[in-house]
Amino acid sequence: MEKTKHKTAVYLNGRLLGFHENGGKLVDSLREKRRTGIINKQVNFAHFPREKSLYINTDSGRARRPYIIVENGKSKLTSEIVEKLGKKEVTWEYFVSNGIIEYLDAEEEENAYVATREEELTEEHTHLEIDPVSIVGVTVAQLPFPEYNSSPRITMACAMSKQSLGLYASNFNLRMDSRAHIMYYPQAPLVQSRPYRTLKFSKRPAGQNFVVAVATYYGYNMGDGVVMNRNSVDRALARSAFYKTYETEERRYPGGQKDKFEIPQPTVAGYREEAMYSKLGEDGIIFPEAEVKARDVLVGKTSPPRFLEEVSGFGIAEEKKRENSAVVKEGEEGFVDSILLTESPSGNKLVKVKVRSVKVPEPGDKFASRHGQKGVIGLLANQEDMPFSEQGVVPDLIINPHAIPSRMTAGHILEMLGGKAACMNGKTMDATAFNGDKEESFSKILENYGFKKNGEERLYDGISGEAINAEIFIGVVYYQKLHHLVSNKMHVRSRGPVQLLTHQPTEGRAREGGLRFGEMERDCLIGHGASMLLKERMLEESDKTTELVCAKCGSVAVTDYIRNKSYCPLCSESNELYAIEISYAFKLLLDEIKAIGVFPRIILKDKA
Amino acid sequence: MAGKRSIDPGEAVGVLAAQSIGEPGTQMTMRTFHYAGVAEQVPTGLPRLIEIVDMRRSPKKPTMDIYLTKQYSKDEESARRMAEEIEEINLSKIAEIRENFAKKEIEIIPSQQSMKEQGVTIGEITKKIKKVASGSIREEGNLIILKPKTTLLRSVRRATNKLKSLHVKGINGISRVVVLKGDGEYFLRTGGSNFEEVLKWDGVDSGRTYTNNIKEIEKVLGIEAARNAIIREANQVLAMQKLDVDVRHIMLLADAMTMDGSLKPVGRHGLSGEKVSILARAAFEETIKHLITAAVKADEDKLLGVTENVIVGQEVPVGTGTVKLMMKLGKK
Repeated sequence: MEKTKHKTAVYLNGRLLGFHENGGKLVDSLREKRRTGIINKQVNFAHFPREKSLYINTDSGRARRPYIIVENGKSKLTSEIVEKLGKKEVTWEYFVSNGIIEYLDAEEEENAYVATREEELTEEHTHLEIDPVSIVGVTVAQLPFPEYNSSPRITMACAMSKQSLGLYASNFNLRMDSRAHIMYYPQAPLVQSRPYRTLKFSKRPAGQNFVVAVATYYGYNMGDGVVMNRNSVDRALARSAFYKTYETEERRYPGGQKDKFEIPQPTVAGYREEAMYSKLGEDGIIFPEAEVKARDVLVGKTSPPRFLEEVSGFGIAEEKKRENSAVVKEGEEGFVDSILLTESPSGNKLVKVKVRSVKVPEPGDKFASRHGQKGVIGLLANQEDMPFSEQGVVPDLIINPHAIPSRMTAGHILEMLGGKAACMNGKTMDATAFNGDKEESFSKILENYGFKKNGEERLYDGISGEAINAEIFIGVVYYQKLHHLVSNKMHVRSRGPVQLLTHQPTEGRAREGGLRFGEMERDCLIGHGASMLLKERMLEESDKTTELVCAKCGSVAVTDYIRNKSYCPLCSESNELYAIEISYAFKLLLDEIKAIGVFPRIILKDKA
Repeated sequence: MAGKRSIDPGEAVGVLAAQSIGEPGTQMTMRTFHYAGVAEQVPTGLPRLIEIVDMRRSPKKPTMDIYLTKQYSKDEESARRMAEEIEEINLSKIAEIRENFAKKEIEIIPSQQSMKEQGVTIGEITKKIKKVASGSIREEGNLIILKPKTTLLRSVRRATNKLKSLHVKGINGISRVVVLKGDGEYFLRTGGSNFEEVLKWDGVDSGRTYTNNIKEIEKVLGIEAARNAIIREANQVLAMQKLDVDVRHIMLLADAMTMDGSLKPVGRHGLSGEKVSILARAAFEETIKHLITAAVKADEDKLLGVTENVIVGQEVPVGTGTVKLMMKLGKK
């Protein structure tokens, strides 16, 4: 024990190997050996002098990333080597095997002192970043000018870029995704980062370059609202298609019964109107390009009855079948895009029907730039009513100036400027984190084309034709249409289905449900003393029922529908029944209390 | 004048109070906890508010403000002396306690220095030990040796644990005392609270001395004092966050918690659990328990409260629901 006290413990993949006199020297030599190729490149060493331990890691599953090796404050990546690389004389492999670049894992990183730029190098540095962008992740690296934005906005921008519509796959026509969006004319951004190009993201773009003005417009862009140019929208700006796939299968049931795709006979239980089946072919499957509305049948299907029926008088008569068709959901419509006939994993006949609908931007659709600046369309304004510039340029989008200062998204402003410059000289601008093009270069380009260098322009009110007093900042930004579209969310109900068990309205848009009037809402009405309104909400508009109650014993009466007579189950014929209005949920509660063997009585009194 | 500010009959004051205290409470959670200050490790903000409302046995960090009579409060020196006297000292603080398992003995080695500081002698300590421990005790110079009667190792350990927390001096439960200056006098702030003993202590101004342990106040000074303490504590928490809540809401809360002469928490074990209505209790918590006991006792729900009436679907007896229309039918 005493002997090893001052020695460094050496661990291989977490298991103690032994002890060494001088841990510092040992790591140095081990690393040297790795850089010269004696030890495998994938091995990492981490030395913790304070804990007197040295960890050697060779196992799989460590996240590792490359750094340029620095010795004595000098980068190993010299200009001569870079030159060679330019001539394609050397490859990445050369860098790694010649001790210029090495991969560190999370543990060895603890021992490294990494400079982000070559200019920062001092004697103490051990490594140099290949590029400063690499300190951010892949998603952030796609964003333009992230270093100009506040971090919460970057987080939001990353989250939202994952919700953007674009060309998610080039074979979307062949795919049967359960839901998919495809943008009509997606564009590559005018202002893009190098990682964006590296990933060839512009081959699968997810947005369009909008002409954006920072101004107010009659209150229609208050509080993260945006005003969009209706004529731009008519020219297919931000237009997208929405695909939804319906699926149904001919299932087999125990007892040899099975479903059948067909046009159901009117005798089938749950038969819909004839018109609902009119678009089906003989096989019970709808034709491509048929226009469908909510509740239209896509695939006619009949199923065997849920419960076995009694044998009728004529022996085993034809079985009563049940309608079980695939139907277009409430609030959805479109055209049948394609139909796929296959076999399910269990070997049954399977039909997939893809329905397509065009989603033209409308008030309520959500848009976002790549700076966490999201907004919802508040108005589609006619082009002639929107402000225009001296050259007659009318913005596609007007965002509110209040969206900028408190959020500190300077990157958005810079992108507007860069986008405008890119439009003028016809080249995309570089917006790579930490190393992107600078404001001055954008200003210079703009000045060359006769614009003000700060991007502001004199705009004229489209309605009055008068010049707007203030100069308006106008530029071009890459905007993303996000998949939160009102048409897929809108929901209203004034009357509709109720639940079987409680007689209360159903829940959720899919079931055409009501909105819950919850406990806190209830408290509010009580707090206002609005007794009658509360009763209306909780009873009248919900699960009101009338029950007969026996005044003698307080039990709820039963009704014999054959003799059309109600009587108390306890006091039988001695009829002293009174009708009361209660909530069905309460009646259910009474029933459940009875079910546990307790007899609840309702004591009747005259209403005072 | 007062009449103009009174509440209308049928106003749902309880809901108003609950919402008026509860809504600012939601804002509190976000900006609380670390408040800089002298001995301010006492929970503030939402945790403290919950503590008050839940009326647990003792607060997480009980604390007292002890004011002194004039002869002690004038100069820091005498206040400091008071502080030293009041602070509880237990054996482990002034002595090292060693277990000798071989001899089955416990050796107590009091430190000369801290004995001098605290003004206690070995003899006094031995006397105190005699009171709590059974077995033979002998003094060997600077050493006190206790030999417990039983020879079980476990009981030796038990005896040491007892000795460690042996009260030597000061007031039980007052673990830390700081001298503070305020309003031209010195007063003491403590960690730990023992209201009863402190009030009896010589030189303590019992009229102004305060504890944040509401249960203790109730025990020592009675229910009205406890009511005032609830109001004061809750108000202080809200005022600290600059939340403007009308006192009358808090007063109503305090009234509800103290109305039957004992301190009752809000919740399952208190206010809500003691509601008259079976349905209201069943709707809150422990549904089955309430339904079963009601069945066993053949209880009747008179439907006088709010929740019950919502459940059965009648007008609730607040606001417009309190008004009844009566009509005299003409003679036939």
